[in-house]
Amino acid sequence: MSTAEVIAGILWLALTAYAVLAGADFGGGVWDLFATGPRAAEQRSAVAEAMGPVWEANHVWLIFMITGLLTAFPVTFGVLALALYIPFTIALVGIVLRGASFAFRAHGADAVGPASPWGVIFGVASVVTPFFLGTAAAAVASGAIRAPGGHLASGFFDGWTTPLAVVIGLFALSICAYLAATYLMVENEDRPALLTDFRRRAMAAALVSGFLALLAVAISFADGSRLLQSLTGRGLPLFVLALLNGPLALWAVWRSRPRIARVAVIGQVVLVLWAWAVGQWPYLIPPDLTISATAAPAATLTGMLVVTTVGGLLLLPSLWLLFRVFKARNPQARA
Amino acid sequence: MGTSLGFHIVFAVLGVGMPLLMSAAEGLALWRHDEAWMVLARRWSKAFGILFAVGAVSGTVLSFELGLLWPRFMAFSGGIFGLPFSAEGFAFFLEAIFLGLYLYGWNRLSPIKHWLTSIPIAVSGAASSVFVVMTNAWMNTPAGFRLGPDGQLAQVDPLGAALNPSTATEDPHMLVSAYVVTGFVVAAVYAAGLLRGRNDIFHRRGLAAGMVMAAVAIVLAGITGDSSARFIYEAQPAKFAAMEGIYRTQRGAPITLGGIPSDAQHRVLYGIEIPKALSFLATFDPNAEVRGLDTYPPGDRPNPVLVHLSFDGMVGLGLFIGFLAAVFWLIAIRRRSLPTGRWLLLGLVAAGPASVLAMESGWFVTEFGRQPWIVYGIMRTSEAATTAPALGPAFALFLVIYAGLAIATARLLLMLAARNRKAAY
Repeated sequence: MSTAEVIAGILWLALTAYAVLAGADFGGGVWDLFATGPRAAEQRSAVAEAMGPVWEANHVWLIFMITGLLTAFPVTFGVLALALYIPFTIALVGIVLRGASFAFRAHGADAVGPASPWGVIFGVASVVTPFFLGTAAAAVASGAIRAPGGHLASGFFDGWTTPLAVVIGLFALSICAYLAATYLMVENEDRPALLTDFRRRAMAAALVSGFLALLAVAISFADGSRLLQSLTGRGLPLFVLALLNGPLALWAVWRSRPRIARVAVIGQVVLVLWAWAVGQWPYLIPPDLTISATAAPAATLTGMLVVTTVGGLLLLPSLWLLFRVFKARNPQARA
Repeated sequence: MGTSLGFHIVFAVLGVGMPLLMSAAEGLALWRHDEAWMVLARRWSKAFGILFAVGAVSGTVLSFELGLLWPRFMAFSGGIFGLPFSAEGFAFFLEAIFLGLYLYGWNRLSPIKHWLTSIPIAVSGAASSVFVVMTNAWMNTPAGFRLGPDGQLAQVDPLGAALNPSTATEDPHMLVSAYVVTGFVVAAVYAAGLLRGRNDIFHRRGLAAGMVMAAVAIVLAGITGDSSARFIYEAQPAKFAAMEGIYRTQRGAPITLGGIPSDAQHRVLYGIEIPKALSFLATFDPNAEVRGLDTYPPGDRPNPVLVHLSFDGMVGLGLFIGFLAAVFWLIAIRRRSLPTGRWLLLGLVAAGPASVLAMESGWFVTEFGRQPWIVYGIMRTSEAATTAPALGPAFALFLVIYAGLAIATARLLLMLAARNRKAAY
């Protein structure tokens, strides 16, 4: 493997981490928005409790990805930023409002009161952001972004406004909600009523996301999208695993096995993302931009690998500490 | 882009300075078993939780805008100066992780361990600033690469790019400026409280803590700023000439305070001239030659009105707040108690916004002073700009959002402060 490929792999790992961790934070916002029933307030505070300490660290995976892409694959970064300027701008607005409103509520809760409009903004922004990030992903995966020689040739609405993109956007949203619901099941194992609430939500999200996934495959099949070639080509083994894993996750939620469900849903996200990545290898943006052709000069790549290694040695233990302190199983230590 | 930067940087500098104050206050509380310092640390951490979140999300917009608004610039430079950018990503990561531990760990970690988590926040906050300013320094004095005959990049040396000549002067100046702003802003908040008669231990200590940081940092800002200006005389003569409003190349150049540079008359109108002072300050030789703007083709000159006034604004405001800090500590040392005179407190209230303004002026100097280049001498800003459509509406949208967030943040902080007061009595 070349250095460029290693770095592409690292960036894809960062994307996976962002999806699995920050995706669940967006999902938490969805459940905040749709908190219903007699325990709506408890549901909201369970979401806030789960997200509070970690959401900012989870968000940084995105920043890491942006700076990494910009350093290692500047041409790809430029093309992506331009081609998906509209969905990215909307997603950014969502990210800004989501983060700010969560912080306003979390740190100013006693000052602003629970019924502030920031709560609604938090929920709506959490719905909008993953949807548009999903449509952007669909634009890349379907091969709609054309950039021969590194110059953008397709339009500003290409790829992310198709029916397929809408379905994938909704799929991204539903899988975020699915992730969040299973995490919340685990974190509320000792609160039976909340556990039931989040189990029901996880079931709903599971069925919706499963349906949307199959719908996306059907649409790709109908219009011969590049996405289908990826998934049935090199990505096939992972794609098959994803198809098998889906029902397993659903079973674990149904039987109320939160820990198995959590692992299975994370597995689902990982499998889908890597089936896509392996399927379109060696392209970053099919069909024009490959990893090797858009990589930065060798010295930069080597430097980045060194920075990533050193940074990773500092980062991983810190992350471990963060999750150990706040996510280890010690319900009695709840603040 | 400039708007995003101007907005983000206010939060960013507080992200550099506040953790140091929080860490110091909590450390003092533990060391002296002093509950009042602990209360301050807790209050600051709540406020900082909000400020950091807004800073983090506005920073995301910024990193994305780089690619959107300057695609050709990023395609050219990303590979050269991306290294400090990646390093900044890691520094920011660590800051966010330990901030999570700090903000939510009050009841989960032992007091000493909790205090220890504040140290990585302060260190990585400072490191972020150092790394990200390296990229700006590179735009001022690009290094670490060669251009091939066809204009293609050759022999890229990312470390050389990161440690370009400007880094040594620009980085320290920005870092200490972050502490200047934090110190004066914190002092201004408590000075305002004292003026309203809230003379309690929290206000006195908050004021003192802010002024310690402000006083140390403003001296360092003066020293680093001076070396920065002298470096610019060597490395970016066009920027230097614009800063000082020098049109004609001359020996024994004067410093002109204030005034409006006039392109038509080739001199600064209505300013106060100090003969030979500029040559002396730049080189310690009163008769040294200073290159004038007239030696550059009109298309290669920065706007001297903007740059000169920004520069004088930065220096003037810096001197003003430095003077206030000096008066404050002279009185404090003579009387052995914090000065609470009305006029001095009013001055300190003004010094908070003045320090922010001084920092923003400084960025005006370095950014507008480099024009028309985005990478000095290599790439013009016009060549780098985007072709994306409908930037106007997107720009207006972010402007509205930023304004809304600024108001909401300010309101929320005031509400938090009001609640703290109720709790204290």
